[in-house]
Parts: sequence; structure tokens; C-alpha cells
Amino acid sequence: MTCGFKPRERGSKVTIVEQTNVLAPAGTRSLHRFANPGRFLRISGRVLPFLAIPALLLTVIGLYWGLFIAPPDYQQHDAMRIMYVHVPSAWLASAGYMALAICAVFSLVWRHPLADLAAVEIGPVGAAFCALCLISGSLWGKPMWGAWWVWDARLTSMLVLFFLYLGQIALVRGFDDPQRGYRAGAVLALVGAVDLPIIKFSVDWWNTLHQPATITLTGAPTMDSRMLWPLLVSTIGFTLAFAAIVIARLRAAVMERRIRGLLMARAQAA
Amino acid sequence: MTHLPYIIPSYAITVLVVGWLSIGAWARMRRTTRKLAAIDTRAAQRSGR
Repeated sequence: MTCGFKPRERGSKVTIVEQTNVLAPAGTRSLHRFANPGRFLRISGRVLPFLAIPALLLTVIGLYWGLFIAPPDYQQHDAMRIMYVHVPSAWLASAGYMALAICAVFSLVWRHPLADLAAVEIGPVGAAFCALCLISGSLWGKPMWGAWWVWDARLTSMLVLFFLYLGQIALVRGFDDPQRGYRAGAVLALVGAVDLPIIKFSVDWWNTLHQPATITLTGAPTMDSRMLWPLLVSTIGFTLAFAAIVIARLRAAVMERRIRGLLMARAQAA
Repeated sequence: MTHLPYIIPSYAITVLVVGWLSIGAWARMRRTTRKLAAIDTRAAQRSGR
């Protein structure tokens, strides 16, 4: 009976990635193929224009539609137009942290080398969208609630998410040995993921000033379609922009790592 | 349009931050692409000598 592994021949040039690929479960082997930096750069280079161009178009269309064409709300009047930047920011702050948690699993369980780099690059982008959510929410709250900030369950849990982002950013850059930083950041990302369901259900679990969800997966949206469509367009546009920014940053990070490797090899050879 | 003092800053900050992130990522990618190409070319020339 064989276990399916070939013993590594002395002197053979099997890379770490290929070794990991053999050891990985069948479902993750295809993912480890992308751990090859050359392959990642090739594929992401092809994908990036298909993300960036629709992102720009949809974001501009969604924001123009929301700002000038969508009707005002009968209660909130034009202040409701802040929704077209606030809701995508809130969605991407949560989705970005979920992506961090997924990267943490890949890093801690399967030691996927790109997962660490992806976590480093997702952190600042997610934190920026989280800050945008808090700022636009504050600008929406002042005319509607009469206060820039309230210690409401939804607002507080979102603020906690912002601090979790800042902690992750500090941890992955705070160690002399990058691997220790990546591991600490991954642990924080996993532990912090508990905040995501709290954010989602805070408006149901507690009596909050923040309104409950108007769009759910199970029920029909409680929003006029003339407001819903521009919201969907701007949300898709911002989501594609988020993906394009992260992929561009990740490409740069992979190339920076390769440059460091080449310069070190040259210095050793000299 | 009502509530303009709140709407304009929220849109402006969003566009500025997303634009800054996008341009920053694009510029960093171009910078590293050029630098890597230059190093690769020098390495190829050296190995060819």
C-alpha cells in the first residue's frame, strides 16, 4: 500500500510550493498553484483590467444616479443620499475583514505564502473603508439623530472593527521577523471575526438608534426600486474597486519580494 | 437639495479616499514593475557575459 508520496530525490529542484502542493488536501491543491508568484502575476495581470474598468464605470454611474437621479426619501429627504456611499463602505469593511479571516485560515492551517501577503495588503484597504463607513455614518447621523456619534450597538461594534483593523495592521508590521508578525496578525484576524455577526445582528439583538436591515437575503427589500438600483450599482462598483485595489497592491508586494530576493542573491554573489 | 453640508463632504471624502487608494496602488505597481524589469535585464545581461 502506498501513501501517494514520492520521496524527494537528493539534488532535485522541488520548490517549497510544489512540496506544499503534494502535502495539501485535494481541495486546496488548486489554491496552492496560485502560490507560485509568476503564475499569480500572470493571472492577476490579465484579471486586473476586467476589475478596474467596470469598477470605475459602475462607481461613477452609481454615485451620479444616487446623487442626482434617485428620488429623496419622504422622511429623511436628501440626507438619505449618503446611503449610496455609506452602505457600500459598511459592506466592504465587513467583507474585507472576512477576507482577512479567510487569509488567516489559509496562513495558519495550510501555510499559504500568498495568504500572508494578501492579509498585509487587505488590512489598510479594509480599514480605509471602515473609516469611510464611520465618517459617512456620522455625517448622516447628525441631521437625522441630532448627534455626530451615539454609543449605539451598531456604531460601537463598527468602531471595534476599525480598531481590529488597526491592530492587525500594526501586528503584521510590528515584528523584526515577518513570519511572527503574519502569525500574530492572523490570530487577531480570526479572533476578531467574532465581531462580524455582532455587527450584522446588533440591530436585531439590541434596541438601537441605527435602523434595521432594509435588504436581506431571505425577504423582499423594504426599499423603493428607484433607490435600490443605484445602491446595487454603487455597491458592485465599490466592491470591484476594492478587489482591484487589493490585487494591484498584492501584485506590487509580490514584485517587491522578488526584487528583495534578487538583490540579496546579487549581494551574496558579489 | 436639502442637507447639502452633510451630503457633499460624505461624497467628497469617499471619492478622495478611494481615488487615493486606487492611484497609490497603481503607482506602486508601476514602480515595482519597472524596478523588477530593470533588475531582471541587468541580471540577464550579467549572466550573458
